[in-house]
Amino acid sequence: MHKFLMASLASLFFYGGALRAAPAHEFLLENGMKVIVKEDHRSPTIVSQVWYRIGAIDELNGTSGIAHMLEHMMFKGTPTVAPGDFSKIIAANGGRDNAFTGNDYTSYFQQLHKSKLELALKMEADRMVNLLFDEEEFQRERKVVAEERRLRTEDQAHSRVYEQLMATMFSAHPYRRPIIGWMNDIENYTLADAKAWYERWYAPNNAALVVAGDVDPQQVRELAQKYFGAIPARALPARKPQEEPPQLGIKRINVKAPAALPYIAMGFHAPALRDPANDWEPYALQVLMGVLDGTDSARLVKSLVREQGLAQEAGAGYDALQRGPGTIIIDGTPREGKSVAELEAGLRAEIERVKTEGVTEAELKRVIANVVASQVFQRDSVFYQAMQIGTMETAGLSHKDMDLMVDKLRSVTAQQIQEVAQKYLQDDNLTVAVLDPQPLQPKQAPAVEGIRHSQ
Amino acid sequence: MNKDMQRYPGRSTAVRRTKLLLWRYCLLGVALAAGAAQAALTIQHWQTANGARVYFVETHDLPMLDVSVEFPAGTGRDAAGESGLATLTLNNLNSGAAGMGEEQLAEQFADVGAQFSGGIDRDRAGVTLRTLTSDAERTTALATLANIVQQPDFPEEIFQREKSRMIASVKQAGAEPGAIAERAFYKALYQDHPYAQTPTVATLSMLERADVRRFYERHYRADQAVVAILGDVTRSQAEAIAEQLTGKLHKPDAPLAAISQVKMPQQSIARQIAHPASQSHIMLGVPGLKRLDPDYFPLLVGNHILGGGGFSSRLTEEVREKRGLVYGVSSYFLPLADQGPYLISLQTKKEQTAEAMKVVRETIATFIEQGPTEQELQNAKSNIIGSFPLRIDSNKKLLGYLQVIGFYNLALTYLDDYPLAVEAVTLAQIKDAFKRRVDPHLMASVVVGGEAAK
Repeated sequence: MHKFLMASLASLFFYGGALRAAPAHEFLLENGMKVIVKEDHRSPTIVSQVWYRIGAIDELNGTSGIAHMLEHMMFKGTPTVAPGDFSKIIAANGGRDNAFTGNDYTSYFQQLHKSKLELALKMEADRMVNLLFDEEEFQRERKVVAEERRLRTEDQAHSRVYEQLMATMFSAHPYRRPIIGWMNDIENYTLADAKAWYERWYAPNNAALVVAGDVDPQQVRELAQKYFGAIPARALPARKPQEEPPQLGIKRINVKAPAALPYIAMGFHAPALRDPANDWEPYALQVLMGVLDGTDSARLVKSLVREQGLAQEAGAGYDALQRGPGTIIIDGTPREGKSVAELEAGLRAEIERVKTEGVTEAELKRVIANVVASQVFQRDSVFYQAMQIGTMETAGLSHKDMDLMVDKLRSVTAQQIQEVAQKYLQDDNLTVAVLDPQPLQPKQAPAVEGIRHSQ
Repeated sequence: MNKDMQRYPGRSTAVRRTKLLLWRYCLLGVALAAGAAQAALTIQHWQTANGARVYFVETHDLPMLDVSVEFPAGTGRDAAGESGLATLTLNNLNSGAAGMGEEQLAEQFADVGAQFSGGIDRDRAGVTLRTLTSDAERTTALATLANIVQQPDFPEEIFQREKSRMIASVKQAGAEPGAIAERAFYKALYQDHPYAQTPTVATLSMLERADVRRFYERHYRADQAVVAILGDVTRSQAEAIAEQLTGKLHKPDAPLAAISQVKMPQQSIARQIAHPASQSHIMLGVPGLKRLDPDYFPLLVGNHILGGGGFSSRLTEEVREKRGLVYGVSSYFLPLADQGPYLISLQTKKEQTAEAMKVVRETIATFIEQGPTEQELQNAKSNIIGSFPLRIDSNKKLLGYLQVIGFYNLALTYLDDYPLAVEAVTLAQIKDAFKRRVDPHLMASVVVGGEAAK
């Protein structure tokens, strides 16, 4: 029989009392599919998510974005559910559904009244093995995905900068390819590409089911066994590490796109969290990001937007929870009358300040106060709680480490922050991407004033 | 509630951009404020000593509190030639208050882990706070909020900075096809009505600190304030909080007039705006629903079938599923104090603009002519009623409904009445309401980007 693992140890480390959430339950089906249940009985609703450990990171040149394309195909029917009916059935049962693809995962979810959990699991298990591949459906959906790329990337100046930044920052690692795929790849997908992807990766032993909400863990376990337990495990292809070689010096690119204001994004390579109990650098980097950005009193907005008037916007972000390497991005839009070069100098000065002077105890305390508060706030959303679990699992970590990670964040010292700033926020590790805004119409007056009544 | 957050405290582009997810379809931030499921939800309501209306839901599941204070101070209150004043006023509330500077205010929130934000739409503007309910945290956060709402100082230097930032934002939006389309659409739909107002560089440049002060004093007033409180506090605590947040607001003698009446268009207006983007951004619509409107539920349910119900809707079926012309196409009613827009929007490769618009127009015309089928109506009702609990399954979502119920003086039983009203809608009502309210020949249309629509 399947193992019954309960993440109960975490409760020994309670200190905030109600500040901490009750632990989730975890089961492993015999075919290797993990089931995680997070109880939250505030509302008679559930969210059911199936996370496949498969994303853009697993793609190859020529078929970039195929993970996302397959995500769209997952709504194109099985022998028992007609093309397009999946969402209609969920909707007619008072639910919502959608799916999303990231670098490391592809995830499908349904939100329903608690009485409808079985419907969701039954249909989700069905399309894990019985998906239809129809040429006409495929070609139409390929056009939809091309429109999606136009909407999200081609016509969005900042998205283009981000895409180019990644493609430049990484020379070998698959994070260099956009999740949605290059346009030329989208135009040349074949039905066989999608089918091969599905057959290679869609298996219970490559998936995790996360159910959160007003549920009984035992009932979820039985239903999961009933619908997913019957699907045999499959051998999965080996995944190569594809490590990014060390960067050999600063890289700079310009991106020309129609826009009104310039923009700069600075990307640094950084470690991802691998060993939640023994790593310390990712925690220090995360607190550093909280000092730079994250509240209205954080350094970048305080110094660059408010005090110096250099920036229209400025921010910093760090992704530590992923299968591939971590990235830090510090970005901003110059104030009118200020140049990108001036803003870059300002951002660099803030980086230097952390490296030479460190951070204050007051700042550290403030970041921790926000970590503690957000631990409570995020429990307001059942969907977000399930998202967190799925993200952890597909990053190769365990949801059981979440409390430990908060403790680790709380123990970060000012000295550790200074150390990681010195180690990672340096030029040889840096890629700078600058948006060079292009006029909309060389000969036209400003767009807004150019409206014509052409009735 | 289509609340465009105008100021994102410390929320930067980097954080949102480092983890880009692709969704099967965009989650439109616009939901018809609907609501509700459990009859067990009790909304307590009273007025403060100086007339502010308070709406309170007591829930002790989580040790946290959500509070908002809103006013009839949305962009629809901008006078002609002053577009942007309402937003600029909101943006400057936390620039300094009760003698404290903006850094001090920001630190007071940050030190206790509180989240503060502002929101504005065409009718409403206000501030929202989320805090832990432990004594020290709650006390500091509420005291700071009370100062910001009631005693803003509007320091000149910061006013000038925020004004120039907002001008830059307007310029930035003026280059984005979606924002250009929206702006042109509202202008086409509402002409001289205040709902057409969107900030421009020209109007913003004329505004001064005194204008903000004047706008604040006229609109951020006790007799019009709506306070929503939800979370881990008792009734008596909630009463004290409401007094604390509104007791120092002024009560002008002159009453605040209602928003003027929207005029229905007499002819269709079609606008074309060139743009180098690869897609055309297309918007079609007519003035739609008032918040209190006899056709509210027939139009709500009907639109769910036509374009509001995601993959179950006719527009998605015809334009995306059958023809692959778009990633997203949808329609929604945005009910306001007076008639908010009924808006159909899509984006498609420029070369397909005419084809997509033709399909959209035909789908709308067929729907208005023939109405939905019985099966479609049943499915729509099942979805809207069945998914009620999902609309109020978090404190954050519930607060949104408290705000709407309070601001528009809806019945306290609104959330309970809602499913009954949806259930009662008939095919004949939908057909009749759409015929009267959505005339395809009078639809305004805006195309930013591509080829002419026929």
